[in-house]
Amino acid sequence: MLTEATSISSSGGADKIRCDACPVMCYIKPGAAGACDRYANNNGELVRVDPHVVLERTMSHGGRLVPFQAGGDWDGKIVHESGVFVTAIGAGTTYPDYKPAPFIVSSEIEGVEMVTVVTEGIFSYCGVKVKIDTDRYLGPETATVRVQGEAVGHVTTGEYGSQMLSLGGVHHLTGGSKKEGRVTCDVLMDLSNGKPVEMTIDGGATVVAQAGHPPIVNGVLEERMRVGCGSATIGMFAKQWHGKIDEVVVVDDHITGVLSEHQAGKLLDIPDTGIKMKGRRSTPGRYFQVAEPGTGWGGTNISDPLSVLGPFDPKTARPGMRMMMVSTTGEHAAYFELDEALKPVEKEMPTDLKLSVERIQENCEPALCTVLFMGGAGGSLRSGVTENPVRLTRSVKDALTSVTCGGAPVYVWPGGGITFMVDVTRMPEGAFGYVPTPALVAPIEFTLRLSDYAALGGHMDHVRPLSSLKDNTELRQLPPQTTTPRRA
Amino acid sequence: MTRLPQTGWLADGKRLHLQDGPIDLIVEARGTDNNIRAAYEAAVCRFTGLLDILCDELPELRRAAHSEVSTLQGRVARRMHAAVAPFAATDFITPMAAVAGAVAEEILGAMTASADIDRAYVNNGGDIALHLARNERFTIGLVDHLGMPSLIGKTVIEASDLTRGIATSGWHGRSFSLGIADAVTVLARTAAQADAAATIIANAVDLPGHPLIVRRPASEIQSDTDLGACLVTRSVGKLSHHEIATALDAGAQKARTLLATGLIEGAALHVQGETQVVALKNGESALPCAEIAVRKRNLLHAAEA
Repeated sequence: MLTEATSISSSGGADKIRCDACPVMCYIKPGAAGACDRYANNNGELVRVDPHVVLERTMSHGGRLVPFQAGGDWDGKIVHESGVFVTAIGAGTTYPDYKPAPFIVSSEIEGVEMVTVVTEGIFSYCGVKVKIDTDRYLGPETATVRVQGEAVGHVTTGEYGSQMLSLGGVHHLTGGSKKEGRVTCDVLMDLSNGKPVEMTIDGGATVVAQAGHPPIVNGVLEERMRVGCGSATIGMFAKQWHGKIDEVVVVDDHITGVLSEHQAGKLLDIPDTGIKMKGRRSTPGRYFQVAEPGTGWGGTNISDPLSVLGPFDPKTARPGMRMMMVSTTGEHAAYFELDEALKPVEKEMPTDLKLSVERIQENCEPALCTVLFMGGAGGSLRSGVTENPVRLTRSVKDALTSVTCGGAPVYVWPGGGITFMVDVTRMPEGAFGYVPTPALVAPIEFTLRLSDYAALGGHMDHVRPLSSLKDNTELRQLPPQTTTPRRA
Repeated sequence: MTRLPQTGWLADGKRLHLQDGPIDLIVEARGTDNNIRAAYEAAVCRFTGLLDILCDELPELRRAAHSEVSTLQGRVARRMHAAVAPFAATDFITPMAAVAGAVAEEILGAMTASADIDRAYVNNGGDIALHLARNERFTIGLVDHLGMPSLIGKTVIEASDLTRGIATSGWHGRSFSLGIADAVTVLARTAAQADAAATIIANAVDLPGHPLIVRRPASEIQSDTDLGACLVTRSVGKLSHHEIATALDAGAQKARTLLATGLIEGAALHVQGETQVVALKNGESALPCAEIAVRKRNLLHAAEA
């Protein structure tokens, strides 16, 4: 492959220059290259001469194209021509403190000249946040998460219906033992590349997490997220049940809810029914441990819902009272009326109640693990993009520059630096790599108007039209992403 | 903040590529996965900051070496000096003549010190440090022309051999040569030793005063070269068979002297398509292997099992 070096001609007028790309600090004569053969003096100007390699992701196998800002407001719809998206994957990383990012691609679309600065960043400051859709107890907050016995992260604040893990980070990657760093690096890379990882939590469960797939907790596959705990379900549906029924029991292994006793029922002036629950009462209308955990109703071991009830209080209950029992996922439901002896007798469920059960089902989403990669583009990576790194940060904040990660949209944290999060399932397969530092290698692209790029001190002399990349560089084909686990 | 070298994998995903300034290393280790990984980590760790330390002593490293005295402090710098010292009494040589081999050796040393590996090499632009445990072996390809490398022969290095370093020198390469050899490949006990010896032997492959040989002061071509005003070879016209043989003989004579003193284990000398071999196993016939293409620089020697 020809390099720019071949075209450098010496000029009598130009001076020797001191190359400051590395500590060797070569004096380079016009027309000559430094000791590294990477930098040369082109008429008094320091230029880079090593060849570029570009990656082209082809969609010819019917693979999914990672849409660039699809449907967004961003007017620079760059690099859409013939289904080609230039990502940073395989862009290769130079030590960016010194050199422009490997590709600075310009592409003129609809009269707006755009550039994409494509690089692969090496991230020591990075990690993943794993959201595990389960109500099962995974372990206490801040408990250490281990893989192969090594600490790779911790349990962080739980979210509604989900347990959260925070894995990786610079302390586990480079602050601990070599093995800890290596295992952490593997875990981050595997999770980010959509592979399953088994983790054990101190004082808690064993979890297998895989981006876009249901979690496996202590060997049990979690299929659906319940709509809420039994008590929450009461809260959510009380209004819809009001006037249609006298009593509702939402059976749940965690907290079973009882409409007439629950705060939500009280607010609607639903009268007492004389119902007697088994289990331990927490607060009014909320019961713990109505049964043992299991695979029956609402995560309990029961198949007959009436087994969680004691006899109705004859002082309050009256014959003909209507009661529905339902599980937190709506998978199980039954309708009863009290007979003369105040015994519940199962009857055909009225249509309007059936609809409410269907609504519970509808509101139960498939349980998934989701993995967000989070990393920070440091000063050196930014200077690969521009000579004045802080301007890139400002440009990103001002929304003049769009950041993508393997073509996937990212969320950039407010505040200093360029700290971003990206859903790894939106990135092409195998997008993440590692180096033995240990650190993760992730693609990152900055896209902006050519004029804005010039204004922020971009490496204008390294901007190359897209067509030149395609013609003059090695094209590598990536296998299309085979799994598309995201739901629409 | 520490300046980090470029660290990446070659396309096969097995060979580690480390680069910092003019240093370009291809590293491969064989063993269990854990050991390979530990070895690669050690390589990255040792390589980080190595160039900076080396550059601290760059002025001294660029001065002619003295056979007994050295003020150099750095580990790599001292390795370089130790490798060139045996030649300093009789030849002009600076520690820079062994820089590539010494770096390769240093990195390999860090790898073998922290992991149990069967076989490994660190290839620094053609100057290679080897590690061979138990019954392991390397097959080494020989190239005849540093500017247009093609494989002209092979030699085998086994664990039982003394050779742990290979280097090639010639006037087409990245470094200057005082001689006219297209390539001199040397096997020695260490990579730094091979590097220094290859330089010395390549310098000896010469036809002093020949009108078809163009020489220029090194400093005219590169401002900060360690060779100063020494005349270095810039082009060599078509030589007769007799002239080639004379030049090769001069180099081979030097090589045999070094062999006798244990400074090298073998050498292959090439000038304009002709080859002379000194004490190379399996290399005597220099069998052509034209179908194997060898890329410039990093793959100057193709190592295979």
